[in-house]
Amino acid sequence: MQAIRKFFTEFDAKKTIRITNVRILSQIFFFSLFIISIWLTWTTRLGGYPVSRILEFNPLVMIATILSTHHVYRYLGWGLLIIGVTLLFGRVFCNWICPYGSLHQFVGWLFNVGSGKQRIDSNRYHNLYFFKYAILIVFLILASMGALQIGLLDPICLMYRTFATVVTPAADMGITIAGNGLTSAGLPLDLTGLKFKPGVDDRIFVGSFWVGLMIMTLVGANIVIPRFFCRVLCPLGALLGVISRFSLFRINRDVHKCTDCNLCLTRCEGAADPMGQVRLSECFSCMNCIDDCPEDALSFSMVRLDTKQVVAAPDMSRRKLLFASVTGVLAYPMIKNHGTNTDLTFSRDLIRPPGSVEEDDFLAKCIKCDQCINACPTNVLQPASFKEGGIEAVWTPVLNFNIAHCQLKCTMCSEVCPTGAIKKITVEEKLGKGAFEKDGPIRLGTAFFDRGRCLPHAMDIPCVVCEEVCPTSPKAIQTKDEEAKDVYGNVVVLNKPFMVPDLCIGCGICEAECPIKDERAVYVTAVGESRSIERRMLLQERTVKDA
Amino acid sequence: MSKKEKPIQHPEYVKAPMERRQFFGKIAAAAGIASVAGYASFAPGNWPGSLKDETGLLSKPRHKPFQIPDFRVQKPTGVFADVGVARGSRQADGTYSSEQLARMLTASIDQVGGIKHYIKNGDIVLIKPNVAFDRSPNLGATSNPEILETLIRMVLEAGAQEVRVADNPIESPPDCFKKSKIEYATLKGGGRVYLPDSNSFKMLHTPGARLIENWWFFHRPFLNVDKVIGFSPVKDHNLCHASMGMKNWYGLLGGTRNQFHQDIHNIVSDLSIMIRPTLTIVDGTNVLMINGPTGGDPSNVKKGDVIMAGTDPVALDSWAFEHVLERDKNDMPTYLTLAQEKHASSPLKGEIRYEMNYEGRVKEVQLG
Repeated sequence: MQAIRKFFTEFDAKKTIRITNVRILSQIFFFSLFIISIWLTWTTRLGGYPVSRILEFNPLVMIATILSTHHVYRYLGWGLLIIGVTLLFGRVFCNWICPYGSLHQFVGWLFNVGSGKQRIDSNRYHNLYFFKYAILIVFLILASMGALQIGLLDPICLMYRTFATVVTPAADMGITIAGNGLTSAGLPLDLTGLKFKPGVDDRIFVGSFWVGLMIMTLVGANIVIPRFFCRVLCPLGALLGVISRFSLFRINRDVHKCTDCNLCLTRCEGAADPMGQVRLSECFSCMNCIDDCPEDALSFSMVRLDTKQVVAAPDMSRRKLLFASVTGVLAYPMIKNHGTNTDLTFSRDLIRPPGSVEEDDFLAKCIKCDQCINACPTNVLQPASFKEGGIEAVWTPVLNFNIAHCQLKCTMCSEVCPTGAIKKITVEEKLGKGAFEKDGPIRLGTAFFDRGRCLPHAMDIPCVVCEEVCPTSPKAIQTKDEEAKDVYGNVVVLNKPFMVPDLCIGCGICEAECPIKDERAVYVTAVGESRSIERRMLLQERTVKDA
Repeated sequence: MSKKEKPIQHPEYVKAPMERRQFFGKIAAAAGIASVAGYASFAPGNWPGSLKDETGLLSKPRHKPFQIPDFRVQKPTGVFADVGVARGSRQADGTYSSEQLARMLTASIDQVGGIKHYIKNGDIVLIKPNVAFDRSPNLGATSNPEILETLIRMVLEAGAQEVRVADNPIESPPDCFKKSKIEYATLKGGGRVYLPDSNSFKMLHTPGARLIENWWFFHRPFLNVDKVIGFSPVKDHNLCHASMGMKNWYGLLGGTRNQFHQDIHNIVSDLSIMIRPTLTIVDGTNVLMINGPTGGDPSNVKKGDVIMAGTDPVALDSWAFEHVLERDKNDMPTYLTLAQEKHASSPLKGEIRYEMNYEGRVKEVQLG
């Protein structure tokens, strides 16, 4: 009672409802929204929730995909909302909304302890901070030529990728270990509901170590330079920085009140020099400086742009601009002519999810956010390494049938893809039923037998798991029954499997279930995928009814 | 002035020499730690408290196997049938009304003693349907959700305090349960779904089994369970010819179970002694005649009119093979003979079996 009375009698609105506290609430809200979106992206929980909306709000994704495809896919127009907000209030996205920014700020708050002077010095503007604009220019030029690489460093894509392939498997693993520990201690509690991905075995992601190392390094860099990623690398921040020079509201310093004490730099997140000429394109509108000013000289207000008091444009000289542009232009042929992913030579493991558009188009659309991987219920979708698609396709989704298979009636990845690299398909379209009968089913690749490793073919041992699980009707794997004498003289009936490539859809369940575990006796390779005419194998009339 | 007499600049930094008592204390502590560490690492392995591992095998992971009880219940006196079969006709539109399904289910169980005899007040009951694939129910590859719902209601009405439904599918478990409508039917009937995650498996010891004497088993739903009911469809199977009540238990295995296709008849007969269910219900209303066990085309499915319930898995599967799947009696799958050899079909202690031939132990009723 006393505590409640105390709260009301001594409640100082001015002290408690500070704008920085409102900002923290906003950051908590959007970070929770991000976690909830990840949480909901699962086959049992996804009941029509717009789980990819945080990606679709991203103006950098919108602008870069417009440059690479000349169209706006599904909900990507929502990016205009963030651009509008930036035109009103500057880069508020970076310090009020962005979950990655919040993570950096939180880590900095926790670990960056120093004297006031050290903190003031660490928050002064540094020449290095122009680098993000160079990155933005390189990425946008690449995008306009057809190679979309923004996802490598876009904070939202980076965050999604990390959560999909590193954080959620780690969290689920922890719950598994805790659950097994409790069970062996005689407390068989059911912790399944706590998992991000309940009801399945713990998931693995090939090469996810590097995704984890990347985020650990970038977050760890906060200890050297506060908000290192946001100030130096972030291409989305750079884009918003370019826009925010036109913003209506901005940090405004009353020079008559200011005593040049520099205390406003103590917690300046963006290193925007609020003590002198405010750098509009660097300011995150975090409002810390207003909080810290002992003279009340700073305000967030609508004032006319006065170039004597602010630095409006990003710190990019014409020479830097030119250098970045040339780098972008040169990078394009270097990436494309690397020759790991062309129609002449491509990896047999480059198997794309169902609904994927043709490879060139795919690379112009995929932002490597790995939301499809997050949604995949079987764990077959994996972030690509250099091996499957070369440097251009790193961390784009590929199927690894050693781990699992693509489920016949599942279109989850196509539903959550924000950019249409995997275009939205229905189950009918995937299976080639109903209105799509003339196109035939979507084929991801073709299965082949390695008869030197297949148990019935090579060793006279009965098996045919592959035929049993083959989901097409009629089955694409069929058997020839043969009676044979094995090495001990016993008569065995062997159902020797063989492929009917016309029927194979490349779902990979045969490979996933093959007991020859290291190098499967039946395996799916990319050739024959229906999304590309160039990468087909059979005469079209064999696989498409109405060719 | 000599060196010794030089005044000490910072007297507060001058350290006192160690006392004798302190010195001996430290030596004793170091000797104590050294001797404990030395004992633990050098004493022979059978001495108490030693950590010595001569062979390098002591740290090998060990999975203590557990055993599950026999869930069978002695039949009421005067009931001779081991398998009850109920035939019922469909409505004019070719479907079954839920009342008709409930009547057929009740009638089939009544032939072997009635549900009240098998389920007692306060029982925790596990029902194991076949949810192996991500298929819709009409394709016949998975258990019929409507009958499952009726069965759950019946079991709850008979006094069970909890009904669990569990399976370890081949494809993604949450998807399989969702698209086969088993999850919906379970929740609607008042049961609870158990999905297999990495928390759910334990090493099971099955005495007398040839391939799975010790094998990973989906144990979580079996915690504190009193009665177990198998509920399976009748399906064609490419390798073992037919997948019925007995093959259904395959879905409780974990580990690298795809090896067992190299000796399918032995594994299926092993399953018949791995679990001794209270009852097995086999649904012959949606029969996958060819292209099994996955099916995929409605034309592969025959509309049957039977629901079977049994306490003897061998008799039940034999009858279903002959009369539901309509195969020749002489082509009976080898696993049925093997199961008999492994005593899957033997009566409980104290039960008397009058007919040795399974056909004499099947009781059929025809409903309207």
